[in-house]
Amino acid sequence: MSETIPAVAFYLLAFAALGGAVSMMATRNVVHATVWLLEVMLATAGIYLLLGAEFLALVQVLVYAGAVAVLTLFTVMLTLRRREDAVRPFPPAWGSLALASLFTGAVLLAIRGFCSVAPEMPAQAPGIEEFGIEMFTTWMVPFEIASLVLLVALIGAVWWTGGDDR
Amino acid sequence: MSPTLAVIIKLVSIIGLMLTNGVFMIYLLRKVLGHLHIRLGPMHVGPHGILQTMNDVIKLLTKEDLTPRLADKALFYLAPMIVFVPSFMAYLALPFSDTLKATSLETGLLFTLAALSVVPIGILLAGWSSGNKWGLLGGMRSAAMQIAYEVPLLLSVLPVVMLAGTTDLGRIVEAQAGVHLGFIPGWFIANPLLWPSFVIFVIASLIEVNQTPFDMSEAESELVAGFGTDYTAMKFGLIYLSEFSNTFIVSAIGVTLFFGGWLVPWIPMAWYDAVPVLAPTVFILKTYLGIVLMWWIRGTYPRVRIDQLMDLGWKRLIPAALVMIVLTGVVDKLIVPLVTGTVG
Amino acid sequence: MTVGLPQLLGLAAMLFGIGLYGALSRKNAVHVMMSLELMANAVNINLVAFSRFVTPEAMTGQFFAVFSMVVSAAEIGIGLALVLAIYRRKKSVELDAVQELKG
Repeated sequence: MSETIPAVAFYLLAFAALGGAVSMMATRNVVHATVWLLEVMLATAGIYLLLGAEFLALVQVLVYAGAVAVLTLFTVMLTLRRREDAVRPFPPAWGSLALASLFTGAVLLAIRGFCSVAPEMPAQAPGIEEFGIEMFTTWMVPFEIASLVLLVALIGAVWWTGGDDR
Repeated sequence: MSPTLAVIIKLVSIIGLMLTNGVFMIYLLRKVLGHLHIRLGPMHVGPHGILQTMNDVIKLLTKEDLTPRLADKALFYLAPMIVFVPSFMAYLALPFSDTLKATSLETGLLFTLAALSVVPIGILLAGWSSGNKWGLLGGMRSAAMQIAYEVPLLLSVLPVVMLAGTTDLGRIVEAQAGVHLGFIPGWFIANPLLWPSFVIFVIASLIEVNQTPFDMSEAESELVAGFGTDYTAMKFGLIYLSEFSNTFIVSAIGVTLFFGGWLVPWIPMAWYDAVPVLAPTVFILKTYLGIVLMWWIRGTYPRVRIDQLMDLGWKRLIPAALVMIVLTGVVDKLIVPLVTGTVG
Repeated sequence: MTVGLPQLLGLAAMLFGIGLYGALSRKNAVHVMMSLELMANAVNINLVAFSRFVTPEAMTGQFFAVFSMVVSAAEIGIGLALVLAIYRRKKSVELDAVQELKG
């Protein structure tokens, strides 16, 4: 048994994500860029929902929209001495553009080749209960290591920003 | 009834509930604060001033919509939307009764909290885009507070999730049915293990909705009106509507998690089926009781300083919430089975 | 018209490419951090898509995505702390301002 993803929803979300990403690169205002990043993150959460990853979609909203976007906006605002500084011109970077397009092109070609062996979408994935059970049995050790990573990051961030003596 | 029609009806009724709540809560807030301050509150429009809020709504709708010259126009329009839409979304998972809920999500609690976590971005953008230093300061304070207290808020609901074994709000309510010892309600608040979590939840949720004593973001004596200073007419209306509806939502979440949601102890389950309006009425009454308690705190305590607030959040509430999670796990999975002899 | 794994991978590849361009070309440290987040996001889409199509029962990709989110949250925390520290010393968040090690 196989399922399909609603095509209209997928293409709308894909358009939102790509459009947001392009706008993020095209805008010269760093605050606007953050808002576009937020939009990409929310569209990604929508794509996770289409893929049946309900928990992951909510975590995406909670972590990226709730925390990362606010932190980024915060840093932007703390490092702006005048409001006009938010708008920064940037020189065209043809080298980077060429490299990035080359990379994307290569990957897209590879995906095209892989098209013929792409698997069908299997039936609906299990829910959050199975997710939790798996998380705390199979993925126990990685989970603990992840918490350690976060702890180290917390201490590191406090160390870097705290104190004026450094 | 076609599914599309059902969805539209649900959305419209949620907007209706949100607006009614907003209008009613503004009146109630004025009356509650008035009586706490030993004054009368609004008295002139209608009997006991009940039409005062309607007046204000008409005023908001007909006022000129100003945009400051220095404002970042696009974001200035977008920010009230970013504040409003998540608090509208948060209503979707609330269980008003066994059957009366917009959605039945397996991850309802997480959904509500995720929706609320988007609000600070709107506030920050509102403060920044209006091009006003009071607005920016208010927005920064508010976002710093909310992002700091989101952590204890999320951690403080986890013990309840652990005991109920689900994040589906409807099933969390069902887990609280019945009575202990014949008269104590089976609500989670009756469990002494959850009392510290409840205190943390109350403090963190007061901060999430910017209530005094934690309203530094719009401290009118220091910051004029914080992030909302430059907003007029309906954009202002949207921001404040969302603030009131967030108050309703955190109170409803508190009621659902700790006070048995739509359940009344001591009555048989069959009554809920016999009287369909019983459960939603009980739920809304409990929620309003929670709101009035929040306003009692608001009318009683002075505002704390922002550094004291940050200190409380990061150094005390987060460690305390983590300890409570561990303790709940140990008691629930080790001590209770040992005492009742069901180790397995 | 059906949507399968290739479409999802294509979307992720394009997002990754845009993020790569941003990370390479921008001079503003915060903008570079945001581009890195975009790239991490593209990778997560891939992981979740593979999880849905290849191992729907074990959800392996979803767990990978969770850990990847943890790492990128840690990364943005540390990264923005670094940006603030640099700003404090240089009064600028342009990456060109940091070139003590330039020979």
